[in-house]
Amino acid sequence: MPSRRYSVFAIAREALRQHRGWTRAWTSPEPRDRYKVVIVGAGGHGLATAYYLGKNHGITDVAVIEKGWLGGGNTGRNTTIIRSNYLQDPSAAIYDKALKLYETLSQDLNYNVMFSPRGLIMLAQTEHEVRGYRRTVHANALQGVATEWIEPARVKDLVPIINIDGPRYPVLGGLYQARGGTARHDAVAWGYARACSDMGMHVIQNCEVTGVETAGGQVRAVNTAKGRIGCDKLALVVAGHSSQLAEMAGFRLPIESVPLQAMVSEPVKPCMDVVVMANTVHGYMSQSDKGEMVIGGGTDSHNAFTQRGSWHHVEETVRALVETFPMISRLKMLRQWGGIVDMTGDRSPILSATPVGGVFVNCGWGTGGFKAIPGSGWAMAELVAQGRPGPLAAAFGLNRFREGRFIDESVAAGVAH
Amino acid sequence: MLILTCPYCGVKAEETELSPGGEAHLKRIGPDGTAADFEAYLFARKNIKGVHFERWRHAYGCGKWFLAARDTHTMQVYGTYKAQTAHATDEIVANARQARPEWVPDWPQASEAVVG
Ligand SMILES: Cc1cc2nc3c(=O)[nH]c(=O)nc-3n(C[C@H](O)[C@H](O)[C@H](O)COP(=O)(O)OP(=O)(O)OC[C@H]3O[C@@H](n4cnc5c(N)ncnc54)[C@H](O)[C@@H]3O)c2cc1C
Ligand SMILES: [Zn+2]
Repeated sequence: MPSRRYSVFAIAREALRQHRGWTRAWTSPEPRDRYKVVIVGAGGHGLATAYYLGKNHGITDVAVIEKGWLGGGNTGRNTTIIRSNYLQDPSAAIYDKALKLYETLSQDLNYNVMFSPRGLIMLAQTEHEVRGYRRTVHANALQGVATEWIEPARVKDLVPIINIDGPRYPVLGGLYQARGGTARHDAVAWGYARACSDMGMHVIQNCEVTGVETAGGQVRAVNTAKGRIGCDKLALVVAGHSSQLAEMAGFRLPIESVPLQAMVSEPVKPCMDVVVMANTVHGYMSQSDKGEMVIGGGTDSHNAFTQRGSWHHVEETVRALVETFPMISRLKMLRQWGGIVDMTGDRSPILSATPVGGVFVNCGWGTGGFKAIPGSGWAMAELVAQGRPGPLAAAFGLNRFREGRFIDESVAAGVAH
Repeated sequence: MLILTCPYCGVKAEETELSPGGEAHLKRIGPDGTAADFEAYLFARKNIKGVHFERWRHAYGCGKWFLAARDTHTMQVYGTYKAQTAHATDEIVANARQARPEWVPDWPQASEAVVG
């Protein structure tokens, strides 16, 4: 049964009857024994893929299978920065598509994802960064992505709590994207899940996929904790566990999994209404609606699947941010956690067909895929529905590694974000 | 905090003293290798969730490259060994099998090795 629309009238109605009329936002069905499309991983990318399969391509015989709870992977662990100021054209296209979809996502899903385009500054603190970001501003102008180079005085104006005088790394300017910002990560997963459930799709939680069954080079089914589930097409959208799922299907990926950390402080009064990223000293910060300072840390240097990360990164990150924002030196940190991110060599994602017929992968978003969720789902749905990539996904195929057509975003992705 | 013992100088080095070098024992493809082989050598990684063999450099110590066997899921270190070694030592294999009885090395074992 489709869930009831959320609106101001619904709130008023429920207020009059002690809020007893709210129903569950999505169903928790037992799996059927086959679906046209099975998507592994109910993170933002998996759920968005399902949603646009239904919305754009009319395919609703879909199950999204999740080993934990939906949004419990990186989607629920990230620092929610959204921006589209990348350097290469294919990246600008997919990230800006995502940003545009974010702008109207709450209305589209009838679910408040709390998108907050508060503006985003990437600080330049070395000559090298100044040149790099000026180049990005020029590239963005050609791509039709509005960004600008701003001088230190403007940075100080936008972020009064910043120290622009160094001592180690004075702020020399910044790459500013006024349309960038944040959104509520859980709400993005929940909003897509509710919309998928309304279309009759199955979101199946607590159901680990343990094997992929193929015959004659073509996918047949997945084996799961809840039994065998047949499918015509299979989409692997599992971020840090992409190599494990690929192995089940019999191929390898150019992916390595590493922990990336974040932490939040105790809540304080509003003090910073933009997102600030400082790539040279390696740290970035924004303030949540609850008042916590949300701080992104570093990635571990070695492969690991522990959702916590190495301790020394905490000190490294905090040290850098205290120098840039002296007032946070008195703040206590409330929580620290990690997520397993899927890194590619060129720091760009993979949306691709695979050596196994009917199997598609969407992975490699690494430290920066939250911002891409709607655009990625849009492009992935097109790939899965048609069996070949549309314009957004075309450059991100697996064959780019063999052909040396890298989409090098190591500068844009200078820090984990 | 990850701590590895450098097999050359014997120092117990913590993570910030070391620099990582990725998956160990990759076999370079010769001139007659195919494009697919070369692609696999350059890019395809096992990215194991479990017993992982990897390269490390004792960067702020003796400066040498060495190899380590580590569990990427539990973070247990099964041992370190010199870079000029084709496979992990028997002792390391035994340590790993003790922690993960289901794990088997993916190189030929002494008993299976063809002699001749
Ligand atoms: C600390 C941190 C900070 C970040 N900050 C930002 C940021 O500020 N901005 C930004 O854009 N990005 C950021 N990212 C990156 C972003 O979080 C990810 O790129 C994005 O969330 C990936 O979404 P996903 O849906 O692909 O993966 P996930 O949300 O991880 O979903 C994958 C799902 O697959 C499931 N799964 C795995 N194996 C199986 C199996 N065998 N069977 C069934 N299910 C399985 C997992 O349980 C998981 O729920 C950050 C990441 C981290 C960790
Ligand atoms: Zn040494």
